[in-house]
Amino acid sequence: MTPLKVSFRVNQRDVEVVTVAHRTLLDLLRDDLRLTGTKECCAEGECGACTVLIDGEPVCSCLILAVEAAGQEIVTIEGLERDGEPSALQRAFVSAGAVQCGFCIPGMIMSAHHLLMTTPSPTRAEIQEGLAGNLCRCGGYSRIIEAVERAAKAQR
Amino acid sequence: MSGPTIGESYERVGGRERVTGSQRYAADLSFDRVLHVKLVHLPTGRAAIRRIDTHRAEAIPGVACVLTANDLPQPVARFGPAFADRPILATGETKFFGEPVAAVAAETHDAAEAAAALVEVEFDELPAVLSIEQALDPKSPLVQDPSLRPGDAGADTNVLRQWTFGWGEAPVSAHLVLEREYWFPMVTHFAIEPHVFVALPTDTGVTIVTPTQHPFVLQRVVAAALGWPLAKVRIVAPDPGGAFGGKGWPKFEPLVAVLALRLGRPVRLVLTLEETFQAARRTSARIRARTAFDSEGHILSQSLSTDFLIGAYADIGVRVVSKASYAACGPYRTPHAQVVARALLSHTTPSTAFRGFGTPQASWAVESQLTEAARTLGIDSIEIRRRNLARKGEAFIPNDTPADGDWAAALNRAEKALAWNAPLPPNRGRGVALGLKSSSTASASLAIVRLHHDGSVTILSATSDMGQGARTVLAQIASAELGVTPDRITVVMGDTALVPFDSSTSASRSTVFMGNAVTKACAHIRRQIRTLAAAAFNADEASIDVVPGSVTIGDREAVSYLDVLHAAWGPPRGELIGVGEERGGGFRADHPLGGRPEFWEFMCTAVEVEVDRETGMVDVTRLVLASDVGKALNPRQVEAQDEGAAVMGLGHSFMEELLLDSRGCIRNLGALDYRIPTIQDIPRELHSILIENEDGPGPYGAKGAGEGGILGIGAAIGAAVSHATGVYLRELPMTPERIWRALRQTDPPAPPASE
Repeated sequence: MTPLKVSFRVNQRDVEVVTVAHRTLLDLLRDDLRLTGTKECCAEGECGACTVLIDGEPVCSCLILAVEAAGQEIVTIEGLERDGEPSALQRAFVSAGAVQCGFCIPGMIMSAHHLLMTTPSPTRAEIQEGLAGNLCRCGGYSRIIEAVERAAKAQR
Repeated sequence: MSGPTIGESYERVGGRERVTGSQRYAADLSFDRVLHVKLVHLPTGRAAIRRIDTHRAEAIPGVACVLTANDLPQPVARFGPAFADRPILATGETKFFGEPVAAVAAETHDAAEAAAALVEVEFDELPAVLSIEQALDPKSPLVQDPSLRPGDAGADTNVLRQWTFGWGEAPVSAHLVLEREYWFPMVTHFAIEPHVFVALPTDTGVTIVTPTQHPFVLQRVVAAALGWPLAKVRIVAPDPGGAFGGKGWPKFEPLVAVLALRLGRPVRLVLTLEETFQAARRTSARIRARTAFDSEGHILSQSLSTDFLIGAYADIGVRVVSKASYAACGPYRTPHAQVVARALLSHTTPSTAFRGFGTPQASWAVESQLTEAARTLGIDSIEIRRRNLARKGEAFIPNDTPADGDWAAALNRAEKALAWNAPLPPNRGRGVALGLKSSSTASASLAIVRLHHDGSVTILSATSDMGQGARTVLAQIASAELGVTPDRITVVMGDTALVPFDSSTSASRSTVFMGNAVTKACAHIRRQIRTLAAAAFNADEASIDVVPGSVTIGDREAVSYLDVLHAAWGPPRGELIGVGEERGGGFRADHPLGGRPEFWEFMCTAVEVEVDRETGMVDVTRLVLASDVGKALNPRQVEAQDEGAAVMGLGHSFMEELLLDSRGCIRNLGALDYRIPTIQDIPRELHSILIENEDGPGPYGAKGAGEGGILGIGAAIGAAVSHATGVYLRELPMTPERIWRALRQTDPPAPPASE
């Protein structure tokens, strides 16, 4: 397998890595860059645990090859904090009691972050649509909806 | 100093780490010189292994080892929490789809994967036992070799165990006898975190790193499999990313231990989600119920014949069957009960603990019977339950833990919250079901609480914080008991080299058992403070009052714990160690479960649905959960547990079912084909109600919670669907297709389209 050099920006930092063509962005983030906040569950784009933003769009990083992300701007869960402080959305997930085991939460927050960027005051139906690709098995989802609503209110 | 009061929804300890991505789950840990393991399994279920050729696999660069059963000391060691029946690797034949026949360890995951694909296995497919009917057919093959069941009269059958529970005299006559058969599907846990197993050889033995719910069970089983003392096996259990019973009982830990010890290097096995489907599941069941009522709807007799299709190895499946069947008649006064329960072996994924532990299966039948009887007799579905419900203190199961809550209160509150009697538009219906689960019986929890010389506190507890928020609750308890703010408390969990024994994180037992252990450990610290204060201040112990956070000596001004420590010890030196232990009622040899349940977990589920008669789709318009929790130490966490359990139960109610082909392969293997509820599948409205009478055996009167929501959800929805449509379904899940087909039996065919 020929090694390939790939560069992109991750969480506002320029990154250059040598990888192989079949390597997923998820594996590269987790194993090479040690950004382990992004999680792997189904590895087929159904659960959303590996959601990151590429050029502002939420994608399942298990379905993207690392080389496809070349030259793009990637944001992972580790990139949402500002000055070492969690964002309003992240804080809302804790205060609303939306976090249980927490394994789905990074992906859930990335999808919710994108939703609030594009739809600052989402309706309940819009939140459900925006997070439909993120599975949670611990909770009843209603507290996740509440967290997004709280964050939307906080940013207004 | 003042901690948050008990009963306050304190923010989740570990919440910040979980929203920022800094929480380290097992797969996020890195280990020096680690080898990556990939399992080799066959594309079929039961098969005779003729030959395994590992040469091509071993030739892949970076492969350290390709292990098969032939490489292990013979006979291959077997393990299991209840029966030592499961070999470390398949030996002779595979007994279920996904049972590994070999394991590859390599320098990289890619190399391990490539090599695993090159392991050549010659095998012959063998006829398999895949259903309850097949398991009971005397002509079927035996799943287990009878030599594994010495002294067992049933060893030449696929009935691993059978129980008969019951009491009372059969009634002479009855006004109504309902005889029905119910089916509950195989479902999988689908924790979002797939299983991870790491083993590291150490100077003193072996360390296993895995997100297990029960570190000390794992230590016992691995030590037994290796023939080692417990002290040589260390279990490190990072917080699981969801478990639900699926991470309770050992799976591949003995295998990774053997690999690490052979290779002298750490090894790491991360399952794919598909492999987790093949590693653990809930047992399916057929329940034949015969229930007799008088004209007023009083239960006269409950006869249940239950068959649970457990898997190829016992795991903890036998306990699931016995425990659920023992209390299967539910929270009702039942003058005559007879429950015959069988655990049937099959060539399928070993079934294990799964939230509710067999009770959702039994409740599906018993609660559906009550609903149908109520409607047949012209009695309201809530009223028939009210008439039969055991009152507090009533021994509804003779000689056992009596009803320990005001259960009717939950029913009344749910009735009101759902607006039970409000008029309904067409195609809407309402249903109710009660759920009663036998909690933890004989078991033990130990806790150590360390009061450091700056007044901060470390709690050592083997409870697993798997999403329920155990750290938060234990910190709240210590905060209240010692008067230390929670931000000065750290809860250390999940390392058998650090924390004292705990039986398990299961059966909703931790708040009660571990909570009491922490409470007692804090009391132990207060007793030591009193002794120290008496010596330091030259006072009589009887004149000293130690309350959370402060000490009063006679009529002097109160001092802090730290003042006492400093007066007694001078400059910082040492700490106080409190030890607490909770064993509940303890072991009872004469009890069918080895001990009485410490409390009953009780939940009333009431639901309103809208059925689309054209498509069979069901929309849950309102869901009410009313649980009897004694005291909610952290109400938000309790509610979140109840809601999560109920939404999980929407899965087996509407969509979840593992489907097998004729060879025993799972047809819907993975997230694409096996659907669990998404955020779009939840009830339009959801109300959680907590009944708090402080009448539980746990701290401040708490009972366990967290499983209640999944107990009755299927029957409540079934009742609502039949209320809306007149059609009774007795097989879960109630998929749109099943509902549609059932409706086609009653609805006139739609008129042909005009064009």
